[in-house]
Amino acid sequence: MSRIADRFEALKAEGRGGLVTFVTAGDPDLDTSREILFGLAAAGADLIELGMPFSDPMADGPAIQAGSLRALKGGMTLKKTLALVAEFRKRDNETPVVLMGYYNPIYIYGTDAFTADAKAAGVDGLIIVDLPPEEVHEIEGPARAAGIDIIYLTAPTSDDARLPVVVARASGFVYYVSITGITGTRSAAIGDIQSAVERIRRHTDLPIGVGFGIKTPEQAAEIASVANAAVVGSALVDIIAANLDAKGKPKTGLAGKLLGLVADLAAGVRGTGKEVA
Amino acid sequence: MTKLNTYRAGPDEAGHFGIYGGRFVAETLMPLILEVEKAWNRARDDTAFWDEFHHLMKHYVGRPSPLYFAKRLTEHYGGGKLYFKRDELNHTGAHKINNTIGQILLARRMGKTRVIAETGAGQHGVAAATVCALFGLPCVVYMGETDIERQAPNVFRMKLLGAEVRTVTSGTGTLKDAMNEALRDWVANVDDTFYIIGTVAGPHPYPAMVRDFQAVIGNEVREQIQDAEGKGRTPDSLIACIGGGSNAMGLFHPFLDDEDVRIIGVEAAGHGIETGEHCASLTGGRPGVLHGNRTYLLQTEDGQILDGHSISAGLDYPGIGPEHSWLFDNGRVEYVSVTDNEALEAFQLCTKMEGIIPALEPSHALAHVGKILGDLPSDHVMVMNMCGRGDKDVFAVAKMLGVEVSE
Repeated sequence: MSRIADRFEALKAEGRGGLVTFVTAGDPDLDTSREILFGLAAAGADLIELGMPFSDPMADGPAIQAGSLRALKGGMTLKKTLALVAEFRKRDNETPVVLMGYYNPIYIYGTDAFTADAKAAGVDGLIIVDLPPEEVHEIEGPARAAGIDIIYLTAPTSDDARLPVVVARASGFVYYVSITGITGTRSAAIGDIQSAVERIRRHTDLPIGVGFGIKTPEQAAEIASVANAAVVGSALVDIIAANLDAKGKPKTGLAGKLLGLVADLAAGVRGTGKEVA
Repeated sequence: MTKLNTYRAGPDEAGHFGIYGGRFVAETLMPLILEVEKAWNRARDDTAFWDEFHHLMKHYVGRPSPLYFAKRLTEHYGGGKLYFKRDELNHTGAHKINNTIGQILLARRMGKTRVIAETGAGQHGVAAATVCALFGLPCVVYMGETDIERQAPNVFRMKLLGAEVRTVTSGTGTLKDAMNEALRDWVANVDDTFYIIGTVAGPHPYPAMVRDFQAVIGNEVREQIQDAEGKGRTPDSLIACIGGGSNAMGLFHPFLDDEDVRIIGVEAAGHGIETGEHCASLTGGRPGVLHGNRTYLLQTEDGQILDGHSISAGLDYPGIGPEHSWLFDNGRVEYVSVTDNEALEAFQLCTKMEGIIPALEPSHALAHVGKILGDLPSDHVMVMNMCGRGDKDVFAVAKMLGVEVSE
């Protein structure tokens, strides 16, 4: 079994939904990013989604794009992202790591070389935002051979004709984008999310993670009660953006503040947060 | 060059021209892309759709645009004969309107009530705002803040036409970012909004659809050259400038299977390919994936997209239509590049010798004409697409020539 499947099994046994955290590799700089990454699991993240910086993240909002550009400005590359995961893996062999990003840097790296290097680094899954099932063939084979899951996005616009096309190729889990829009903008009503999750469950037995628009421990708790995991990204990236000095350098305590929110969110999904009594 | 039986059969059902094109978009956009494709397939096979298109082409745009023998330039270069396909005489001053008319008709068929567009130089934005005024639809145009500064007159034009111009500050604030922002808008407004893309790029079906609207250019040339040069005559060569490549594709596509017709696309070499400051995706880039399609792109070793540079804002895009990438690889079309300075010289020459102020974009094509026409025989017939007029560029040109003109 893969780390992703193991983790969702364990969550099931605990009888709760999980917390998936998203940060971009190298944001705001490599050292701070490492400090954040190494602290996430202890703060309560059940699964780590690590952004591969890209200059033109067209499905993401301004907050995540700005994070990508900060990382690139600091010299982050796909190779360094994989090296960061490898460092993490030496310390933590259980928490699943899913890389999320856009196809071009992977295509330029070479799909075979990338999947091999990602496997060696300890990557468990890939979310390639602009690679729908129609175009996935060139990386699907190498990823399968390496035992790396390909995780697909589904959206409110994915109807009953579209859903089977998407989930048929999915492994690991299915990521439900809860709003029609970009990351970090609006939040969906819990009732709508619940019925969407039920609709997806009619098409797949895979766990379902829900993301886009989740910012508070209360929201995370609510989502975790109707889906297998809640994904939080923009709210964490916002903390990075709010804790930079005039030169764009991280202020002291940035990582601690971010991990503090992760701890609150984790308490939320565990039903132990004071707000969710 | 690999010779094929036909160069006009693409794309395949999934929108691929060889390895190029396709639909590299987020799942959130996929249902919208599929909906546009379905509607386009229906419209394309419907004569009523084309009747309406051609009616507007004639009575609103002013087509057919003339095919004009550029006598003085022909004498000046002293070789083959040069004709201009005068798409600069179209309503709004460029070929862009051919495409926006086509897409607004499709948007109406789909029952969409709001239009979005991206623009670089502002020409496509003006053409989109124009058709929205014509049909009374609200229009939002995304434009990078860098471009808004250098294209103030077009910004004002769009506003006069009733469009809302939204400043894009994300990324590097240029055309590629405007396109990112338009795609984000579209994802958030799936029910009522139609995205009018300005060139033969983007996810399938856009590259093929925009090409089919712009093919009116080449189809007219096929008729007009016979009036000028005799029945059965085809041009010996075709030449056009390329940013995204829609005017070029419109001229080239009807002739791709005429194997005796030499076809040349001219990219913007900016300060020179070797300086890295250019927009020549084919000559100076390599294949990658951006904005929904695989195509040649300006990018770093790590696959990060670079901003282009050109004197001409309309060529300033780090990618190119996927069908051009395919025609480059298989060798059917020759692709060359021309620098800012060469284009600037051609701009002045054309203005003085033909009384036609060309846009800086087709000035690139003309600069290459100047390099090759003199060596061609006197019975050689070359058609260049004069795809836009230069009124929009006179202030920029004055500045480059060191002349003070108050706007």
